[in-house]
Amino acid sequence: MKVGYYPGCSLTGTGKEYDMSLRKVASLLDVELEELKDWSCCGATSAHATNHLLSVALPARNLIIAKHQKLKELAAPCAACYNRMMVAAHELKTKPEIERQVSDLMGESIPYDLSVINIIELFQKVGKEKIAANVKADLKGIKAACYYGCLLVRPFKITGFDDAEQPESMEELIKAAGAQPVDWNYKLECCGGAHSIAHMEIVVDLSKKIIDDAKLHGADVIIVACPMCHSNLDMRQKAIKKEYPAHGDIPILYLSEFIGLALGLKPKELGLNLHFVDTKSLLEKAEIKG
Amino acid sequence: MYYFSFFGEIDMSHTHSEVNTLSAKIEKLTTQTPQECYQCGKCSAGCPVRDYMDDSPNQVVRYVQLGFEEKALHSKTPWLCAGCLTCSTRCPQNFDLAKFMDALREIAIQERIKIPEADTMEFHKAFLNQIKKHGKAFEFGLVREYKLRTMNLMQDVDVAPEMFIKGKIGLIPHEVEDKQQIKEIFDKID
Amino acid sequence: MKIGVFICYCGENIGRTVDCAAVAEAAGRFPGVVCSIDYKYMCSDPGQNLIKNAIKEHKLDAVVVGSCSPHMHEKTFRKACADAGVNPYLFDMANLREHCSWVHEDIVEGTKKAIDLVRISVERVKKNAPLSPILVPVTKKALVIGGGISGIQASLDIANAGFDVVLVEKEPSIGGHMSQLSETFPTLDCSQCILTPRMVEVYQHPKIKLLTYSEVENVEGFIGNFKVTIRKKARSIDESKCTGCGLCMQKCPIKKKAFNEFEEGLAYRSAVYVPFPQAVPNIPVIDRSICTYYQTGKCQMCVKVCGREAIKFDQEDTIITEDIGAIVVATGYKLYTIDKKPESSEIKGYGEYGYGKYKDVVDGLQFERIASASGPTSGEILRPSDSKVPKKIVFVQCVGSRDESKGFSYCSKICCMYTAKHAMLYKHKVHDGEAYVFYMDIRSGGKGYDEFVRRAIEEDGVKYIRGRVSRIYEENGKYIVKGEDTLAGMPVTIDADMVVLATAMIAQPEAVKLAQTIGMSYDKYGFYNEVHPKLRPVEVSTAGVFLAGACQAPKDIPESVAMASAAASKSLVLFGADYLEREPTVAKVNETICAGCFYCQKVCPYNAIERKEIKDRQGNIVKIIAYVNSGLCQGCGTCNAVCPSKSVELIGFNDEQIYAQINALG
Repeated sequence: MKVGYYPGCSLTGTGKEYDMSLRKVASLLDVELEELKDWSCCGATSAHATNHLLSVALPARNLIIAKHQKLKELAAPCAACYNRMMVAAHELKTKPEIERQVSDLMGESIPYDLSVINIIELFQKVGKEKIAANVKADLKGIKAACYYGCLLVRPFKITGFDDAEQPESMEELIKAAGAQPVDWNYKLECCGGAHSIAHMEIVVDLSKKIIDDAKLHGADVIIVACPMCHSNLDMRQKAIKKEYPAHGDIPILYLSEFIGLALGLKPKELGLNLHFVDTKSLLEKAEIKG
Repeated sequence: MYYFSFFGEIDMSHTHSEVNTLSAKIEKLTTQTPQECYQCGKCSAGCPVRDYMDDSPNQVVRYVQLGFEEKALHSKTPWLCAGCLTCSTRCPQNFDLAKFMDALREIAIQERIKIPEADTMEFHKAFLNQIKKHGKAFEFGLVREYKLRTMNLMQDVDVAPEMFIKGKIGLIPHEVEDKQQIKEIFDKID
Repeated sequence: MKIGVFICYCGENIGRTVDCAAVAEAAGRFPGVVCSIDYKYMCSDPGQNLIKNAIKEHKLDAVVVGSCSPHMHEKTFRKACADAGVNPYLFDMANLREHCSWVHEDIVEGTKKAIDLVRISVERVKKNAPLSPILVPVTKKALVIGGGISGIQASLDIANAGFDVVLVEKEPSIGGHMSQLSETFPTLDCSQCILTPRMVEVYQHPKIKLLTYSEVENVEGFIGNFKVTIRKKARSIDESKCTGCGLCMQKCPIKKKAFNEFEEGLAYRSAVYVPFPQAVPNIPVIDRSICTYYQTGKCQMCVKVCGREAIKFDQEDTIITEDIGAIVVATGYKLYTIDKKPESSEIKGYGEYGYGKYKDVVDGLQFERIASASGPTSGEILRPSDSKVPKKIVFVQCVGSRDESKGFSYCSKICCMYTAKHAMLYKHKVHDGEAYVFYMDIRSGGKGYDEFVRRAIEEDGVKYIRGRVSRIYEENGKYIVKGEDTLAGMPVTIDADMVVLATAMIAQPEAVKLAQTIGMSYDKYGFYNEVHPKLRPVEVSTAGVFLAGACQAPKDIPESVAMASAAASKSLVLFGADYLEREPTVAKVNETICAGCFYCQKVCPYNAIERKEIKDRQGNIVKIIAYVNSGLCQGCGTCNAVCPSKSVELIGFNDEQIYAQINALG
């Protein structure tokens, strides 16, 4: 199976373990990731927050590259990149004025019908059965809280993915990996997103609420599908502890890292040692040697 | 016809279809008229950053509906919006409030309003500047520029060393080859 | 033919822009016109007498009146003609008011046009044929579909007027949703106490044939002459033998299996059951889908204990046909239940409120059952999950209604009132409890309604918070309700013990199927359409069918009862005569030239075209042609417009008449 691959800026920097683990898992599951040549930033939050046209033009450039590489499907593991691509494509599809302006700007037409998929959809394409068949580690006793964040399922009218209020797709994959997903209340609550730098106190408060709820429901780990969420929940736990000294850690794993562990890959290969919050507790419980 | 209230005048001489009002400008950008909002408050009830705001999200829409343009453009609320899309997903009238907030910010920038949340704006400026220069986000450059713009020099000083050691931040940016195209995009849009 | 022309001034209305004297004078010179009179008010008694006297004096064959719109006074002048011995269809009316004086200002041009209009009428009336109204016999029996409060009221009204009624109800008992309610607003009357006497009255009424556990399968025919096929489903109980003693229900071993529809899922029922103790008729039904005997052939406990040998396992559905004159549709509503995939509903559902996964987040009817003295908790307000008394209860209004994105756009009308009632009932029973209501607006327009809501707020201490709820989730046994008070501009979070969602009244899932069976139109929500929203609220486009109650739109009990009586009175108007007089201006097929292409049948909006076999002397079918059922035909003329061979004409508006009008203009 081959898909186009758009890593996005974070996966080459602060979220590099996401890229590492995804590539390793993909090769294990016979998925060929064809990276977009010379891709550029999708605009993330700052583009749509300040300039509508820019927020459509930046993703459009990457869709054009995909067109030139004759790719039918593009996987964007970062939920924000996935969301911006889908929204930009939707704008181009439904607003002729915008389509005209952006295609004039880029000098060619933009393939807004190109299929853009997120990491959960990518694993769904591989198939739960295939994942389950390749499981090597025993994660039976691991309770995982699946954190979807904001941008995978919203806005539902554009992504059409899973359910906007009670999604279960990530839980299905966790079950296929042999672990137990927990039913908890903060699956879709915002972590604070791009406020991480200019308004860290917002991120500290919102992320703490998420972590507390996961722990309240007995989770050993929180699974994420977005490098921003990972950063806010993992890197910022230091800041959370500063504000709330009694706060207890919980490991935060990317979906690809967790599935990688299930498939028998080593923690270091998957980049677990690059996390801020030590994943020791999880590895010990799963009896995986670090 | 004017109605005088304690907080300001409601300008009844305009209708939402007149092009110069804030309401009309937002309608042009978002293709939805702010009159669709029936002020139920469900957006404000579910907003994760509501507690940090002075004006609730639905109140900002109300300012626009009534023509209190200054209040709307000077409100901190759109700048505190995290873009989580909870409001747009749950609105019973299918009103895309997140897009409305985007539009308010864009108009505030265009009309050179003094941005009420200066740090947030500086972050966006720094981020987009890096993209313009390199085509991809360069975290080190971003934080450096942000610190210089805001003089928050101690920003993230505690996590910086670990980020470097773990290779998550580099001193050299990843660059896009076709930097010319990126620069053109930014120039043409501005 | 001797024609008389009468021009009316209509006071100033016509006289201001048209020189009526000149028109009358010009008309007097038209070929065939023997008298031409103008008068100030033709529709008045003296005016009509003028016409009658002129008819007698000049021995007129036909009359033309130039005045207002036929909508106003065609009937008046036709009657005047008939009184004086001229066939009322040898009459034509030139509209000199709406078509002339009211839309022009120049008197010279206006008068010229008026003369032309009168000339057209005169030429047309020469081609008119004398017609008689079509007499359609009426079967003086009514069918009422639905045995809720609306159906009960309509049945009693018609039966008390002395006519037979067949009342068909799909559930094993009549009573409808009103029998599930605890107390009714604004009087807080016990619902069953005011309803059950009516139910018994229906059961005992000599003129009402009650068919419960039955459904209408087919409706054919037309007003005054319907043929209805009803399927009486098999109860597996012999109704002539059963005394309603209830032993079978007591002894049935499948006690806790089936979802109890009456208790809205808060309790279970046995396989053999009556929906509720006051059921009418008090005869049980066996639910074959869970009864052990039907599933495995074993167990016959009910047979053992029944002292009357009333159990009949092999009973089959019976088909009953009835001849009916008028149909009253009173099928009621369904309450939206917040589950994820409500059957055949447009609603997307509320995942933010749990999609029905929290046991203590209930809907409106479930709370009625909890508050009801005959309910699963004997009227005590208890949480379904652990039967504890909730000390903090939150009511959320507008769930499923006023919600374009996840529900329906309309306002469900009764929820503000029933929520206030629920909150008051709660406070009356749990004195130290706290009740909160999240609302957008309060719609309390009925008599005593707003005072009722104020009483809840001012006397019973219910806290009303203006704002919608974004999300409800469970934490440590409490339900966290996240809302906003937009009046104070503050977020409000309540940790409730129980939440009641004021869910919307929606159309019944089979509403569309019934509409298609009968031939009624319905709106995008599944509610039935009345012919005119202001002036004809109980009639539908199919003549002889009337609407009562919530099947037409959300409404409360007083409105439903009033509408039921209105539907009954419309039926009684029908039964008031032995024959229905229908306008003879209907379509008619020329059987000689009709080729049987049936384009007319395809376009007829009233299903009035039938197939007729033309046979030769030996009885072989020579051709099948179209035939107009004059009982259903409304004379719209669409068939006449599409017929490729001009075989169908509209009587009173045939081609000859139309050409005469056109040629009159020269």
